Amino acid sequence: MIHAILALLVCQLLGEILVRSTGIPIPGPVLGTFFMLGALAAVREVPEALNSVAGTLLSHLSLLFVPAGVGVMLHIARIRAEWLPLLLALLVSTTLTIAVTALVFAWVVRRMGLQESEPAA
Amino acid sequence: MKDLGADTGELDLLWVYLQQEPLLWLTATLGAYVIGHRLHQAAGGSPLVNSVAVAIAILVAVLLFTGTSYATYFEGAQFVHFLLGPATVLLAVPLYRNFNRVRRLLVPILVALLAGSVTAIVSAVAVAAVLGASRETLLSLAPKSATTPIAMGIAEGIGGLASLTATLVILTGIIGAMIVTPLLNALRVTDWAARGFAVGVAAHGIGAARAFQVNQLAGTFAGIAMALNALLTALLVPLLVGWL
Repeated sequence: MIHAILALLVCQLLGEILVRSTGIPIPGPVLGTFFMLGALAAVREVPEALNSVAGTLLSHLSLLFVPAGVGVMLHIARIRAEWLPLLLALLVSTTLTIAVTALVFAWVVRRMGLQESEPAA
Repeated sequence: MKDLGADTGELDLLWVYLQQEPLLWLTATLGAYVIGHRLHQAAGGSPLVNSVAVAIAILVAVLLFTGTSYATYFEGAQFVHFLLGPATVLLAVPLYRNFNRVRRLLVPILVALLAGSVTAIVSAVAVAAVLGASRETLLSLAPKSATTPIAMGIAEGIGGLASLTATLVILTGIIGAMIVTPLLNALRVTDWAARGFAVGVAAHGIGAARAFQVNQLAGTFAGIAMALNALLTALLVPLLVGWL
């Protein structure tokens, strides 16, 4: 378990160091994902400890957004003043984005004949 | 009377102590999330009862009621916030497991990413502009589908308000997690890769969290979409808002 946590932090740290030293506009953790992917490819398996940390943390991923989300309290006045444009912009844009992305993805898959015989439930 | 006075004094001291320690608001964050998660389960796992939304509503109400500032709250909650970094690195695990599938679907991934990213930016700014939102709000809204740290950086770069952007990003994530299942069922998109990828582009990590609840493959593609869209949004927003 401790090895898995250490590996995670080292990957993130390497990512942050690379971002700070080169100024590339990518968050450190995203680069860290690539380091971790490289490490997994090198050892050719997912260690059991890392597997269990991934299972726990990724199944409650949404918890991690709560502290940033509570920041909504700093903008109550603006949201009250502009609630209609904000609400409609977020609703319309999120709906359109999901629909367009999914339909384009499925369309390209069909056109290229990449379908799998694994139907969704 | 005297005893009561002493009690209140002690209670005040207790409150002062709790306010200074990160323990109180860390506990409150986990507690509020557990309540949200329970409500989500009690609603039969309905995406319309979103645990993040419930947790945020509870915490904002408690903070406003107790007159606690966001800065004080965040001193405790930062330990949870910090885990976003390691959790992002962990996305490598499902990505590694599905690597062959991802490589095979690289073309649909890139085409859908471009279509979705442009749609996310243009439609949000267009709708808000037509309805008369202020310029500052529009600039803060443009990167709303990218993950929080990237979106905040983008907003700062173009003259938006980074902290407003963070709020809009989270609200976008919650909306995406709520609507994705009924929306894609109505559109008859059954491919888990396409479904996950779509919610990842539109609703970043909160969308990915929802996708992981439903299906591992959908979660994997949502994670990839979140990472790729963060990069593309950082490139596209400065280009597109040049027209504002």
